[in-house]
Amino acid sequence: MRSWLRQHRRALAAALARLAAQKGAAALNALVIGIALALPAGGYTLLENLRAAAGGVRLEPQISVFLRPEAARAEAEALAARLAREPRVRELRFVPREQALKELQAVEGLAELVAALEKNPLPDALVLRLHDAAASGAAAAATLEAFAAELRALPVVADVQADSLWARRLAALAVTARQAIALLAALLAFGLVAITFNTVRLQMLTQRSEIEVAKLIGATDAFIRRPFFYLGALLGIAGGLLALAILWASIAILNTGVKELASTYGSAFRLRHLSGDAAATLVLFSAVLGWLGAFLSVSNHLRKI
Amino acid sequence: MIGFSAVSKRYPGGPEVLKAVSFTIGAGEFVFVTGRTGAGKTTLLKLIAAIERPSSGAVIVAGQNVGALRRSAIPYLRRNLGLVFQDQKLLYDRSVLDNVMLPLAFGELGHREALRRARAALDKVGLSGRERARPIELSGGEQQRLAIARAVVNRPAVLLADEPTANLDAEAGAAVLDLFTAFNQVGVTVLVATHDEALIARCGRRVLRLSEGRIAA
Repeated sequence: MRSWLRQHRRALAAALARLAAQKGAAALNALVIGIALALPAGGYTLLENLRAAAGGVRLEPQISVFLRPEAARAEAEALAARLAREPRVRELRFVPREQALKELQAVEGLAELVAALEKNPLPDALVLRLHDAAASGAAAAATLEAFAAELRALPVVADVQADSLWARRLAALAVTARQAIALLAALLAFGLVAITFNTVRLQMLTQRSEIEVAKLIGATDAFIRRPFFYLGALLGIAGGLLALAILWASIAILNTGVKELASTYGSAFRLRHLSGDAAATLVLFSAVLGWLGAFLSVSNHLRKI
Repeated sequence: MIGFSAVSKRYPGGPEVLKAVSFTIGAGEFVFVTGRTGAGKTTLLKLIAAIERPSSGAVIVAGQNVGALRRSAIPYLRRNLGLVFQDQKLLYDRSVLDNVMLPLAFGELGHREALRRARAALDKVGLSGRERARPIELSGGEQQRLAIARAVVNRPAVLLADEPTANLDAEAGAAVLDLFTAFNQVGVTVLVATHDEALIARCGRRVLRLSEGRIAA
């Protein structure tokens, strides 16, 4: 075990020495890897921010039913009881006007406005969530709208909003964006593997005579491969760290504009940086890709030496 | 220690270099392999070190059939052999000490013990004090002695040398030969391929004479 650790320590030291001997080229390679990784990582970060910003949005089919202001509480409760028995309704929430006002007060920036009101202008409301089977697939919008029209016809109802469609569109857009980012990440991952493949290939050609001699005097293939694997992984780690630095700087720059924009809406929203876990995953992923490039390169070229 | 049993070797597309060669070399022997250029001396050494595989026959080294060894087992065979190449195969971008340390990097030794052994090997070949020099700064004789130090640093049971005195003057050649004799005296089996008849005559050791791919009587 000690011998195994010693061999790895030596291989790591050899890889670091090779990087140090070619600082300029290594730095440029790491920068290329960093930029390649920063693109999908940046897209992912923006999506995560969007998801967090829209975190309160429910994506299930939902209908909000606003009753007439003059409707009595008893009428509202009777309608709620009737709709609760409706088979298309999965969940029903009765929102009394007093509670609606409280919720409005809790919204950032509206507290003062609500306090200035002489009386509660809000009506009682019912929020309905429908069964998926009742409002999913191609006929989702039609089903939802048909039910909304039925509700609109009731005398006690002032207005009906089938307000889930935009959220569904947002969700579909997010899925498409995530797929695009995954595709971009996959393409750039191939690029990263190609970069380390070529770097290690050049390094092996530079050290060809050393490798030949080492093989002749008793070096195993594992001994020869190991420093190159470390070289690939170290390049990957350096590229991953640079990608994080690029992301951090980009978000810091973007946040100056976001801060200004958000303040016009009375919001303190800011773009958030990648979480610690996601950052560690990015660096690990980059290290694995670097190692993979080195593995493919060494496997391909060692046979020829 | 080393046995050849009806060993033939033909390179792809070339003539048969060795033709049913058989001989044995006992542990602790000092043997010269001689013959004209192209007689198969280098091929014979390469077969022992598993650098080449025989076309037919068996090459036995320390009880192992070298021709049948798996690729992954070959490095471990070579660690028990000290190889001195005709072109020395030194690493000219490394120091003298680094060159000698190279075979020790594959083994189990810690850095301190490896350093001690490398310095001892350099001392044996008379290169103490030149540890930091680059091989290019050494004379031809010194480079050959450096190659020998690298070959013996792992304390091999067998030392194989291919034309070790070919590019040296008489004095440097004699010094190299004295080193081989010294290693042989402590039990190392030595096999030297050379076409230098004067050298062979001076030593009075067993000679395997190759002629047209066969061992001559």
